[in-house]
Amino acid sequence: MKASDRVRTELTDENADGRASASDRRNGKTSGPSESSRTEKIRRAMLLTILPLLAAILTGGLLILALGENPIAFYGTIIDRGIVSPSGLQETLIRMAPLLLIAAGLIVAFSAGIWNLGGDGQFLLGASLVGGLAATVSDAMPRGLMLIFMLGMSAAVGGAWTIVPALMKARYGINEIITTLMMSAIGVNLASLIVKVWFLTPERGLQIPRTRILDVSDRLPTLFGTRVHSGLVIGLVAVIAVHLMMRHTTLGLRLNVLGANVKAAHHSGLKVSKLIVVTFLLSGMFMGLAGGVEVLGVQGLVRAGFNPALTLVVVPLVFLARMNGWVTIAFVFLLSVLTIGGELATRQAGLPNDFGLLIVALVLIFMTVAEYFEARRIRGERTVWQTMSDRLLARGGAGV
Amino acid sequence: MDAESAGSVKDSIAPLIEITGITKRFPGVLANDDISLSIEKGEVHCLLGENGAGKSTLISILSGMTRPDAGTILIEGTETEINSPRQALDLGIGTVYQHATLVPTLTVLENLILGNTKGATLDESEGRRRLDELASILGTDVDPNAVAGDLALDEQQVIEIIKALWKGKTALILDEPTAMLAPAGVAELGKMFQRLKAGGLAIVFITHMLHEAIEMGDRVTVLRQGRVAGSIGPDELRSEQSERLRDRIVEIMFGSEATELGDVAELHVDVLEDHPDQGSLEKATSDAGGRSIGAPILKLDNVSLEASPASHGLHNINLTIAEGEILGIAGVGGNGQAELAEVLAGQRRVDSGQIHLLHDGNLQRIDRLGVHARGQMGLRYVSDDRRGEATVGSMSVSINLVLKKIGDAPFWRWHIMQAGEIQRNAESAIENFDIRTPSADTNISKLSGGNIQKVILARETMSNPRIVIHNKPTHGLDVRTMLMVRERIRQMAAEGVSAVVISNHLEELLDLCDRFAVLSKGRVIGIVENGPDAERHIGDLMVGGTVS
Amino acid sequence: MFDETLITAVLVGAIAASVPLMLAGIGELISERAGVLNIGLEGMMLMGAYGGFWVAIETESIWLGFIGGAAAGALASLVMVFLCVRWGLDQIVVGIGVLLGAEGLTSLLDAATFADTRPRIGITARLDIPGLSDIPVAGRVVFGEPYMVYVTLLAVAVAGWVLWKTPWGLAIRATGERPEAVDAAGVNVVVVRSLAVLSAGVFGGLGGAYLSLVSAGNFIPMMTGGRGFMAIVLAMLARGRPLLLAAGALLFGFATAGTTALQLVGVEVRPEIVNSLPFAVVLAALVLLGRNEFLPSALALPYVRGER
Ligand SMILES: Nc1ncnc2c1ncn2[C@@H]1O[C@H](COP(=O)(O)OP(=O)(O)OP(=O)(O)O)[C@@H](O)[C@H]1O
Ligand SMILES: [Mg+2]
Repeated sequence: MKASDRVRTELTDENADGRASASDRRNGKTSGPSESSRTEKIRRAMLLTILPLLAAILTGGLLILALGENPIAFYGTIIDRGIVSPSGLQETLIRMAPLLLIAAGLIVAFSAGIWNLGGDGQFLLGASLVGGLAATVSDAMPRGLMLIFMLGMSAAVGGAWTIVPALMKARYGINEIITTLMMSAIGVNLASLIVKVWFLTPERGLQIPRTRILDVSDRLPTLFGTRVHSGLVIGLVAVIAVHLMMRHTTLGLRLNVLGANVKAAHHSGLKVSKLIVVTFLLSGMFMGLAGGVEVLGVQGLVRAGFNPALTLVVVPLVFLARMNGWVTIAFVFLLSVLTIGGELATRQAGLPNDFGLLIVALVLIFMTVAEYFEARRIRGERTVWQTMSDRLLARGGAGV
Repeated sequence: MDAESAGSVKDSIAPLIEITGITKRFPGVLANDDISLSIEKGEVHCLLGENGAGKSTLISILSGMTRPDAGTILIEGTETEINSPRQALDLGIGTVYQHATLVPTLTVLENLILGNTKGATLDESEGRRRLDELASILGTDVDPNAVAGDLALDEQQVIEIIKALWKGKTALILDEPTAMLAPAGVAELGKMFQRLKAGGLAIVFITHMLHEAIEMGDRVTVLRQGRVAGSIGPDELRSEQSERLRDRIVEIMFGSEATELGDVAELHVDVLEDHPDQGSLEKATSDAGGRSIGAPILKLDNVSLEASPASHGLHNINLTIAEGEILGIAGVGGNGQAELAEVLAGQRRVDSGQIHLLHDGNLQRIDRLGVHARGQMGLRYVSDDRRGEATVGSMSVSINLVLKKIGDAPFWRWHIMQAGEIQRNAESAIENFDIRTPSADTNISKLSGGNIQKVILARETMSNPRIVIHNKPTHGLDVRTMLMVRERIRQMAAEGVSAVVISNHLEELLDLCDRFAVLSKGRVIGIVENGPDAERHIGDLMVGGTVS
Repeated sequence: MFDETLITAVLVGAIAASVPLMLAGIGELISERAGVLNIGLEGMMLMGAYGGFWVAIETESIWLGFIGGAAAGALASLVMVFLCVRWGLDQIVVGIGVLLGAEGLTSLLDAATFADTRPRIGITARLDIPGLSDIPVAGRVVFGEPYMVYVTLLAVAVAGWVLWKTPWGLAIRATGERPEAVDAAGVNVVVVRSLAVLSAGVFGGLGGAYLSLVSAGNFIPMMTGGRGFMAIVLAMLARGRPLLLAAGALLFGFATAGTTALQLVGVEVRPEIVNSLPFAVVLAALVLLGRNEFLPSALALPYVRGER
């Protein structure tokens, strides 16, 4: 499979797939509305984000109603817990940190047409090594140095875990979906093993094996006296840096060319194998860093079997954002609100916690559907509703 | 008998296919604008027009691939909607598309029976029978069990035609079928048209070669910017002289401003074919003779590439190209041309042998250098795979123009893209090469083939080229663009920029080149100087080379 | 040490572990052959696990349970059929949407239906063939297991036959490679792909139902535990060949069962090693042998007629 052909480069606002894009409207001489680009942007955001979000909320609400619960109370709790209440908002922002770093890693990989689906393994290895070492290392060095050292190590570990898929792809062209998924499964187990075998706390009588705990005072510094740790800043900087890199630098363009057309990359003299390895390493480093940040900022320790399985949900967000960093940040915020708010709302409504996933799934699906209608509108095709009403009218006419 | 005569009476009233008012709009382009024409039984109807005129769009509407925004199609007088390729096939309309529609991983036979079998299990016997039958009509033999992707492009083209004929019982549509064919294949196709016409089939034939249209067509319709710009009926086609017809067609195609094209090189073709020893050849040689040819700029010593199942490889190639010289690579396609081009460009490493390029006043060894380094030394490559490798379809024209310069000043400084420089560069290329695009930001995939070719040519010849390798530089281009490309190659040679031109149109090579190297099975089997006897010599070599 | 019970345990364990992978893998393989990367397979398995279990409890019939599981899987795949095949939307986004949606939905339904009762399907419900099942070792493995094993093997064989010997198979193989060629040949790409995705739903659902009805005897939220992704990996590794897929699934099964058996005989192996061993084996095999991989060229690319 050519992941490359699927992965779109935002670089030129392209729309090879015939979907919505701003350039289409700029270039479209004969079709497309001619609003100023600013109102057009707002309208697009409404159409592609707010509308599907509302549709998902509505559908989920009907489901909640069917289950005999109060949807208004449910969503009220989500908003209150996820955004309004200070402690909830802090939770939301804290949750964003690893998600943003994962998103950065995915943007790099997907732009270069590389399907790094093994983020969970890379994340957990970074997390467990940091969890195992941080407390011990902090005995030996000052906090700042320890944090930098640990963050660097988590990134290095995450990157290292991509070397096998990277080399297999670069040397033998073996598809990375297969290898990253398998390496991830191994990595998840290895991470747990690391905790159990090497970094087990000496304490007896523990239910679940875990590493030594890192003192709260030794963790990532928090921001402005809140509980939100500076991992959020690292995450934001990472996404924005990746966004800018993909659009304005030589490496970014090279990766985009690789992602869009491997033959063209060869033809224009790019060192394809090297770029593949670089992409994997960069992507894995962000994943590992996400794990490190999560441990250094929030958990302070790692338990055996710890696996928040964060990466898979971020994959569609990055695609929906079309590798755009700013949009990704907005989507990650939305996801965090839904997860944090959803945890409490489902508990209060007596629903299983996984119900939140259903809402997220509805948002994803309605967002892609919105893109479809937008693309049709731009191509100047009739909408489904128009066609349907035509048919109905025609049928009605024939009946008369 | 009765039915027969009734049918013919009906024929005389209504044409086989009559289209009226067909309009099709794509974002930013009106591809077909109120087109009306009729296609008669037993006639070859030629569709001509420049790149992007809307020919393929029109036939894709007939074949059910595209649905028109407006307009109607009448088949034998009854209004018919063609909503899918299936419907078109069921109506007996078979199509050979401009872009390959064979499944490369399937065998020839599987490709043919795809969509043509009834019943629960695959019945290959029927397929085999039809293949034999159709192949004999076409005068070729094909191995039914060969994997389609392994066949040479011209062989694939024959399979495409057989596939279309299978279902095309009333009409056969061919979109640039001759682009991949050698002259002998084109002649064969012409004979096939005669047989099929005699059988009452209607044929729609798209080509950029005017002489093909004039020789093979019974009726010519010219499209221009999506509209019917004019047409020439059977009587006129038969009575007029071909020179006059050409002038008329060119005028309809490009308007009166383009009458200077009357002297087009393509027009010499059948002069060459009819009287290979005289006439216009002098012109080509004198062109070359007028140039001063300098010191060697590129030297190949025993360059070899191992053969593989898909390729003949290259074997001990020794060539020297001088400054300002145009060297043609002749030979039947698939005999190592692509390999040679890629080895020269640096896309592929030689297995043995050396390549030297004149740089800083002396010949420097370059066979270990990459594409970028060679490009900076002035060695450039115009690939024949425009959409596949030469461009990134999802990126803008302006980025595609600097694709081989990623990281170089002034477009990048400290690894940061200089959008202004890239934009300026694009604007000047669009201006200088007359690239038709809505803007420099448009994705290159939206451009027509000819305009993509101009972008590539602009990219490869900008900023001090020393030698340019052109692989099928005019393939699929309309007459005007083709002339522009050839003129550019010639003009650069006059300025001392050498060229290696690979083409399967001998006429093109004879028109452009000073010397020819004839390739067969990865070997240079002869070097011929351009001159009155060149065509005969090359022909002899090619025949000898392919037979042995 | 290697007594009869142990060998039986390994064989039974291997088959039990490989059947759901084979079933789901066959579905994925067909879908990939037609050019649709069905990343939501795990969700279809979950739907099948829940749907199958629910039907089996309601009707008190395992067989109807399997049919219910297939139907539930197919239902989930309909989302992909409409959004990805008919409308050409992004297969990754929709696939992950299907997965998350199925996770949420099955958990929700489980809480709504079984939270209080927590029913189970007893071992007795499994089917034995009297006489044949009494043959030592082989008898118990082959005949003591539910008929679903045969259905699975039959499905593998039929899938192979359909793919290579029928016009449908030809159309499926061609569609994954070059859909525009298939369309031009007058075969409806949407229909071919829809059926392929539907069969992924059906087989994924069956695989899930096997987990709840046979392996576990009840439904647990998220019970598929990554098997859907494992099936995707297997389908890709099988290079589009059902027999290779079956072999791969068996290899996985044996690697899992073998390490369990080691634990039975007292060799201490950590579960983490047990769980990663199959992957490590396959990765090593891939490095040593499988260098020239095969995936359909049009995989995960939506086809919209006439678009460039
Ligand atoms: N699917 C499409 N989407 C957008 N634009 C298209 C599409 N197909 C064709 N066009 C545009 O419509 C115009 C007509 O294209 P068409 O392919 O019919 O030209 P043509 O006459 O066949 O040219 P050529 O000689 O290069 O084959 C061109 O400007 C082309 O870019
Ligand atoms: Mg065309």
